[in-house]
Amino acid sequence: MTAATHDSVRLRALIATAKRWDVIFVLGIIALGIGLLTFAALFLDMLIDGWSRLRPEFFTQFPSRRAGQAGILSAWVGTTLVMLVTATVAVPLGVAAGIYLEEYARKNWLTDIIEINITNLAGVPSIVYGLLALGLFVYGFGLGQSILTAGLTLALLILPVVIVATREAIRSIPANVREGSYAVGATRWQTVKDHIVPYSMPGILTGVIIGMSRAIGETAPIITIGALTFIAFLPPSPVTAEFPFLSFEWLQAPFTVMPIQMFNWTSRPDEAFHANAAAAGTILVAMTLLMNGLAIWLRFRLRKNIKW
Amino acid sequence: MRAFPGTLPTVISERLSKKFSRNLKERAIEAGLFFAAFVSVLTTAGIVYVLLKESVLFFTHVPIWDFLTDTQWTPLFDDAHFGIMVLLSGTITSSFVALAVAIPLGTTIAIYLSEFASPRAREIAKPVLELLSGVPTIVYGYFALLFVTPILQILIPSLPGFNLLAAGMVMGIMIVPYVASISEDAMRAVPMALREGSFAMGATRLQTAVRVVVPAAVSGIAAAYILGISRAIGETMILAVAAGMQPNLTFNPLEPAATITAYIVQVALGDLPHGSIGYQTIFAAGLTLMLMTLAFNLIGFYMRKRFREAY
Repeated sequence: MTAATHDSVRLRALIATAKRWDVIFVLGIIALGIGLLTFAALFLDMLIDGWSRLRPEFFTQFPSRRAGQAGILSAWVGTTLVMLVTATVAVPLGVAAGIYLEEYARKNWLTDIIEINITNLAGVPSIVYGLLALGLFVYGFGLGQSILTAGLTLALLILPVVIVATREAIRSIPANVREGSYAVGATRWQTVKDHIVPYSMPGILTGVIIGMSRAIGETAPIITIGALTFIAFLPPSPVTAEFPFLSFEWLQAPFTVMPIQMFNWTSRPDEAFHANAAAAGTILVAMTLLMNGLAIWLRFRLRKNIKW
Repeated sequence: MRAFPGTLPTVISERLSKKFSRNLKERAIEAGLFFAAFVSVLTTAGIVYVLLKESVLFFTHVPIWDFLTDTQWTPLFDDAHFGIMVLLSGTITSSFVALAVAIPLGTTIAIYLSEFASPRAREIAKPVLELLSGVPTIVYGYFALLFVTPILQILIPSLPGFNLLAAGMVMGIMIVPYVASISEDAMRAVPMALREGSFAMGATRLQTAVRVVVPAAVSGIAAAYILGISRAIGETMILAVAAGMQPNLTFNPLEPAATITAYIVQVALGDLPHGSIGYQTIFAAGLTLMLMTLAFNLIGFYMRKRFREAY
């Protein structure tokens, strides 16, 4: 009896010691959190460094040899046009591929190959996509170092993101929605078009936004295809005064994009350009944070609203 | 009720006659969707084709043995040497530094989020980690060169302006969210009963986490590390900006050195004619990179699959 009590007292003491380690661990986590916050402070520091350059002229001036006059006009126009191509290609292809894999694909070796490919492509370093584009788009298809090449490259790069998001969104739709649709005589495509796609839209949108925010910040593949770092002119306007009012000449134009402009300014030894780099970086971070935040918010809303 | 085989009511037979055109449309749509999914296979085929085609041309000039064993990398000099080891040493050293940062930080965060954090804290922390992983890598490169290196130079005065240490550390921070998120998924997949058993024996949370949950989730956590390695190997801009582009056979993180990825960027920034040996080197380097990340990814995916099927 007393021996048992003695044992339990010792056990309690042991547990109490062990619990102290729990406290130490949580304190460590708090320290880590502070460390990560310091990293967040770096963003603030970048904003302060770039603040003097964040003026309206910064957006309306071309890059220049003089740091004080350099702007990001050609860079943001280039980024916008490249993103336009990327979205036009990646969204329909990615959504269609996701629909195929979830709603149509049979369980066979061909489907397995496609699935393995998608998982594998998601892990391929982005610079390898640049090499693909250099060998295939630039020299193989003769598209040159153009906006079209860059847009296609980034579209291939974010395709796995869009596909995976589409599949996850579709998978969360319960089977009885499909069964109900088939029961009233709808075909597979009618079911997909009228039920599956509309219900999975918010999920797909989330994936598209995350993919696009990744594409905006990608530098390596665009450098690899040989994009220029100093562009002091704009591509031809997509909208023209004469009939048919739309021109696609800009697709073949040389270009630069925001991250390349930032890379160029960062790697210059002249410190005056570092403020420009900080300003460009602030804009890039703000854009990606905004897009990711929007995606996270969308997903949060989605989880709250839908109760199957 | 009497059956009339072969005499269907007219309404139904009309419907059935429409079936053919309806089927045709369905088939066409399915073919279109299949093509979209097949683009991923074409992409892989394209990557393999381009890398192999240029690499084969490269290896007709440079014997594979020289490529693997030469200790100099001077492809653009008159006395050209093509020793991939030189670039590989930069890649390995910087990845090692990155992992030394990412593994402890990532695992600790994962343990905390999975075993300690309240649902609310988790709900806040996970999106913040996601946001961090969305920051463009060129911005991380800027931090490495203009913030981390100057701070490190105060501690180590002899540190050059370009070095693998700062680049590797920032790269580590960059892959922390990645490692933490996959490890946490693995830990959360461990069944509650294991934890309850451990608590019933008088173990504290930390003891349960370290001795029960982590061992049970070990293949998933290992997968997170391996996918992290693959990320570090393929990372480009941080190293191109902060580690310098000078080929240097070294395993000392305090020195500047070029990695495989930084070399590709350096060549692409220059003006190499299509078809020259210099142009082919970046594809040979890319092939090496691709094979390395592929190996790590395959191991990682295999291990991830295992932890999913365990329970």
